[in-house]
Amino acid sequence: MATENAEHGGGGFAIDPMHQFEIKTLFPMQFGNIDASFTNSSLFMVLAAAAVIGLMLTGINRRAMVPGRLQSIVELSYEFIANMLRDNVGTAGLRFFPFVFTLFTFILACNLLGMIPYSFTVTSHIIVTFALAFFIFIGVTILGFAVHGVGFMKFFVPHGVPVYLLPLVVPIEVVSYLTRPISLSVRLFANMMAGHTVLKVFAGFVIALGSFGIAPGIVPLVFMVGLTGLEVLVAALQAYVFAILTCIYLNDALHMH
Amino acid sequence: MPQLAFETFVPQLVWLTIVFGFLYLVLARVALPRVATVLEERRDRIADDLDQAEQFKRQTDEAIAAYERALAEARAHAHEIAQATRDRLNEETERQRKSIEARLAEKIGIAEKQIAATKEKALGNVRDVAIEVANAVVTELLGNADRAAAERAVDNELK
Repeated sequence: MATENAEHGGGGFAIDPMHQFEIKTLFPMQFGNIDASFTNSSLFMVLAAAAVIGLMLTGINRRAMVPGRLQSIVELSYEFIANMLRDNVGTAGLRFFPFVFTLFTFILACNLLGMIPYSFTVTSHIIVTFALAFFIFIGVTILGFAVHGVGFMKFFVPHGVPVYLLPLVVPIEVVSYLTRPISLSVRLFANMMAGHTVLKVFAGFVIALGSFGIAPGIVPLVFMVGLTGLEVLVAALQAYVFAILTCIYLNDALHMH
Repeated sequence: MPQLAFETFVPQLVWLTIVFGFLYLVLARVALPRVATVLEERRDRIADDLDQAEQFKRQTDEAIAAYERALAEARAHAHEIAQATRDRLNEETERQRKSIEARLAEKIGIAEKQIAATKEKALGNVRDVAIEVANAVVTELLGNADRAAAERAVDNELK
């Protein structure tokens, strides 16, 4: 489909908006039977992790009593996630602080790196977001049973619901619980993919309309600028949403309703 | 849609596990504890400074209280001294007044005695003069006079 467009589009619409999401193998690798090729996705995961580690370590390197700019960023992000956990989960949730912090900063770095032209957005792939969401889902479920034992099943029976409604409510609760990893992963993946696709489509308009003169090309360019700002916001917002939903799931597992 | 190219799933999952795991280890073991230490040091420092400020404030309050106590004591002391001085002066004045009064009373007594003596003496002279006069008048009128009778008559009149 994409290649067809590129071939038959001619001068009008030569840009395939989905091309940016293609996985390209950079170094083929194999661990036993497992294909562990280093791809462009792997590269940007490594870059995101390196950016987070670099920022954190250089930021806190001076250990100043009065923080500078970089140290302020590090400290603010620390306090931000710590407060998120304290507010949504309580002090019992601080055990999971390093995990939530890693999750938030990793997703944020991947999303923001994806905003650089010609880069690759790791989180625009459903398999990556689903793996994160599924890991959280399994972890939270194990945590729930570990803390409450079989009593965690009562999570699916809300308080104050009349008994005759339970046959209806309990399956709904179970389904909504089981769809958590799907909604969590699809929300992030779809936002990233849709945003980048829209940007690419508008970029195509700039080229296509710009070929008729400067004035028609300016209009989609102005939209591009606005959308790019919006996408940066979405990149940060989706990382926040992912982290806060993780906090809420942790709270459900630790304290039930 | 490249997202559904299943042959790319395994390498993505492998590298996600490696990178996320590594990032988690570095953040959890190295970076976040450092941030926590810095934040804790700052919190401790602020708490210390506040404690110190509190201590200084307490010392200031104590100094003010001590000053006020000293001032009140000094005032009381000054009042005492003033009262004592006033009492002593009053006493002395009283004593001097009494001694002057006593002296005056003595002088008055002496003067009164002198007056009384003078008066008595004068009165004694009056009697002799009166007797003489009476004797002379009676002698002039009757030719002779009974001196003793004249004395009696004068004494009677002078009583």
